[in-house]
Amino acid sequence: MPRAIDIRGVRRRFVTPGGAFAASSTVAALDGIDLAIEEGSFVALIGPSGCGKSTLLRIVAGLDAPDEGTVELAEGAARAIAYVFQDAHLMPWRSVAENVGLPLELRGVPRPERDAAVAQALEQVELSDAARRYPAALSGGMRMRASIARALVTGPRLLLMDEPFAALDELTRQRLDERLLALWREHRFTVVFVTHAIFEATFLAQRAVVLSGRPARVLHDAPIDLPAERTAALRGDPAFAREAARLLAALEESA
Amino acid sequence: MRRVVVPPLIAASIGLALWEGVARGRSIPAYLLPPPSAVARAMVAEASTLASATATTAAAALAGFVASAVLGVAFGFLLASSRTIERGLYPYAVILQTVPIVAIAPLLVLWCGVGSRAVAASAFIVSVFPVITSALAGVRAVDPSLRALFALYRASRLQVLVKLELPGAAPQIATGLRVACGLAVIGAIVGEFVAGFSEGSPGLGILVMTSYRQLRTDLLFAAVGCSSLLGIAMLGAVSLVSHVLLRRWCAPAR
Repeated sequence: MPRAIDIRGVRRRFVTPGGAFAASSTVAALDGIDLAIEEGSFVALIGPSGCGKSTLLRIVAGLDAPDEGTVELAEGAARAIAYVFQDAHLMPWRSVAENVGLPLELRGVPRPERDAAVAQALEQVELSDAARRYPAALSGGMRMRASIARALVTGPRLLLMDEPFAALDELTRQRLDERLLALWREHRFTVVFVTHAIFEATFLAQRAVVLSGRPARVLHDAPIDLPAERTAALRGDPAFAREAARLLAALEESA
Repeated sequence: MRRVVVPPLIAASIGLALWEGVARGRSIPAYLLPPPSAVARAMVAEASTLASATATTAAAALAGFVASAVLGVAFGFLLASSRTIERGLYPYAVILQTVPIVAIAPLLVLWCGVGSRAVAASAFIVSVFPVITSALAGVRAVDPSLRALFALYRASRLQVLVKLELPGAAPQIATGLRVACGLAVIGAIVGEFVAGFSEGSPGLGILVMTSYRQLRTDLLFAAVGCSSLLGIAMLGAVSLVSHVLLRRWCAPAR
């Protein structure tokens, strides 16, 4: 399998500027991360809160630059990145359809083409009925689905997700996990999914990478040994519990 | 609606009745405290004078307010564009705010001549600061994740300005404009004290000064009432426009 992302020796430090009463200080967020992610794979990035998972994702997206090391993206992935944030981050002054169409609008895609892509993206997240509504009138789950539609609208090859469902209730989160998995099976884009929820990672990913606490290093990197076809029933399966327990053990080591 | 309108009306009736009673009962001279009935009579008798004075002041206040809205937002965005520019220029915006307008009004007369331009300039100087600070705060408060999203899709500086910063800062700018429109009326009237003597019909500031010199205290009260009504009308207009334009920001969650 060709590589979508090749991360080599990435280090990142943050300097908090000193003030009149405090000296400036340096915090190491990432301490030599090496990680290769194959095209079309679904990778969960797990680690304790504040360990630098989001920093790594931002560096992969090109929103932040490493102090040392390199991140190489396959050509297809580099040109078609989508990013889903922890909260929906919709623009409250735009309707759902206008929010979803934003990436195409910024690229100057003509109106008719844009409308067709928006309609298709909304259908994929089962949100067609809410196209003309405004974010303030939506539930948290609907907002998150709109945010995912905005990411899908460009037909991305690389989908970076930063704890996208963390703020949702358990049932909504499970439904969205199932929806996301169905979309992934359909489109086979590469997904890097940051989370600190073990069950979610086990259910979604083919491979789990566990990072240590700050500064982050890769502690554990292993495939999740579950069938590719995953349905809601899998959550009750003993094999699921076994994989989740394995992941939990790796995560406990990291804390 | 009734709950909003009735209590202040009752309060006003009681207040006016007390005022009328005190002014008549203790036979205070009318040049010190005319009873409300005398003020009302003056309002009717001098209706055309008051109306044209209000129109003159309203035009100058509106011109100053529009200048504040346009230049204040532009300046606020300029300050927001870089920390260095903000550090360099913000102190001077503060000076604009803290220098008493009465002290610089004579300068305005020298630069703009006596008349409505100097009055509008005074309204502008008094009302621009809240627009600048609200625009600056509004741009600073734009969601960093949305900025990251725009960067991810390689949006141009102009796209960020038009599609993200302007609409994102709009609610805060609206708040600044609500403060500014009342200040513009104050600035216009103070400006008229110094610079309002000119051709055409005099404004409310002039009317206040002339009624004071003639001890027409009833007309003075009527003019003060008109300037207050003018401020309320401008605030109402700005609130209405911003409510219509911004209602989506806080659409009810259902």
